[in-house]
Amino acid sequence: MASFVSLDSLSEPTSAAAMREALSSSGCKSSACGSSGNATDMPAELWNRIKDHPCYSEEAHHYFARMHVAVAPACNIQCNYCNRKYDCANESRPGVVSEKLTPDQAFRKVVTVANEVPQLSVLGIAGPGDALFDWRKSKAAFELVAREIPDIKLCISTNGLALPDHVDELADMNVDHVTITINMVDPLIGTKIYPWIFYDHKRYTGLVASQILHERQMLGLEMLAERGILVKVNSVLIPGINDQHLSEVNAAVKARGAFLHNIMPLISDPAHGTHFGLTGQRGPSHSELMAVQEACSGGVNLMRHCRQCRADAVGLLGEDRGQEFTLDQIPEQVAYDPSVRSTYREVVARERQDHVAAKQEATVTLDETDSDARILVAIATRGGGRVNQHFGHAKEFQVYEASAAGVRFIGHRKVDDAYCQGGFGEDATLDSVLHTLDGVDTVLCAKIGDCPQEQLEAAGIAATDAFAFEYIETAISAYYATRYGRPVQAQVA
Amino acid sequence: MALKIVASQCTVCGACEFECPNAAIKMKRDVYVIDPAKCTECEGHFDAPQCVAVCPVPNTCIAA
Repeated sequence: MASFVSLDSLSEPTSAAAMREALSSSGCKSSACGSSGNATDMPAELWNRIKDHPCYSEEAHHYFARMHVAVAPACNIQCNYCNRKYDCANESRPGVVSEKLTPDQAFRKVVTVANEVPQLSVLGIAGPGDALFDWRKSKAAFELVAREIPDIKLCISTNGLALPDHVDELADMNVDHVTITINMVDPLIGTKIYPWIFYDHKRYTGLVASQILHERQMLGLEMLAERGILVKVNSVLIPGINDQHLSEVNAAVKARGAFLHNIMPLISDPAHGTHFGLTGQRGPSHSELMAVQEACSGGVNLMRHCRQCRADAVGLLGEDRGQEFTLDQIPEQVAYDPSVRSTYREVVARERQDHVAAKQEATVTLDETDSDARILVAIATRGGGRVNQHFGHAKEFQVYEASAAGVRFIGHRKVDDAYCQGGFGEDATLDSVLHTLDGVDTVLCAKIGDCPQEQLEAAGIAATDAFAFEYIETAISAYYATRYGRPVQAQVA
Repeated sequence: MALKIVASQCTVCGACEFECPNAAIKMKRDVYVIDPAKCTECEGHFDAPQCVAVCPVPNTCIAA
């Protein structure tokens, strides 16, 4: 078993002393100590800019957390997938938030979270509303936080309409990551997504609205790229409207210097009161999303680990601890204690080196199997890049593809209700878990009961806890080698 | 000649507050209200009242 840093220190608030203990108690494999810890093939300068950002680096999302503050509620466009009147604390999707904050309230919230969530690395302003249209409030919040916590990464999301007006200020404030939501590069398609925009003191509708929005988005993207700011493009995949078009969007934003493209499935429910929800526009299935992602491969790198989080989300991408930090729980006076976050970073640096070595070993193991089999493996994880969650507690599974060529992250799948309902399993829930695992060959988890294991097997899905607490890549490669490898040869050497 | 905000419709996004050329819109308790003494329906400033043009909810900024 790989050396093991206590995962409590990675997923729960803990004392600096506990993290130091975890750090010192973790053994280090000899093969890990010499490696650079830079597992990627990108330039070191670029890696340094993204390695702590959970949205820009798939690897970082195992270790680092983001928080969003909803300080800029005003918006300058209307999208057919958005309804500004709807909010529910149990909803998790972009643009939804339970309380709006003033810049000062946001500042106190960020400091409180930074003291209690050592994984925090990014502060984002991501709606509801447009952070650049309501720029004075966004700017005020960023300035207050940056003064107190200089190493926090500032991140902003925008529809792009007001973007060209603020690029220089963003550069001056060291905002290094900007996300633009670009759903089309053809204004005709835009007319089906945007009923109106508010620009230069006028409301525009129809083709002209989408034409202006498109031009401003492209101009803003080019201006950011010129200044070396990393741009992620989000696209909402709307079946029948832009599903065939998103590869064109991918190519257009690549040509203008985007760093990452995140294709998000439309969330559409009549209860949300959105235009799409009320008119029966459906969202895409898992396989439709994968097909569009496939059509975009070879273009801008795709973000596949997005959880479409709330605009007031706090924590690792798979979790939301926003309810622990509502306004009534934030003190009037706050003081930042940098020791918690810095100790955590030491733990992560150590764990990361170990993880990189484990990934390399996994690739070698798979290469040696010499098999043609290509399987989808679902992992139950609480973070830290390990197989470390009980099957029944999993609220999502991370899906990887394994073949002799290597282990590749495909995406995550949310479970509507965790199978375990406090001591007993629910058959109805297991059915929904089975639906979630459609197409998956194998589930790896920290623990699974006999009963769900048998039922998964009956549905054609193998499940095992034999690789509990291993790194995900180590577990998958070992499983794959056991199942498809040639008979083990002379291991004595 | 002035406009008013239908409180039950308002999402309190505040877009109207900073678009208003007359600074006629202010938060009172927890809703936005238009001061009828200051509101000109944007006459002399713009073609259309800015609060109506920017408001995300239809029929929320209406004639008083």
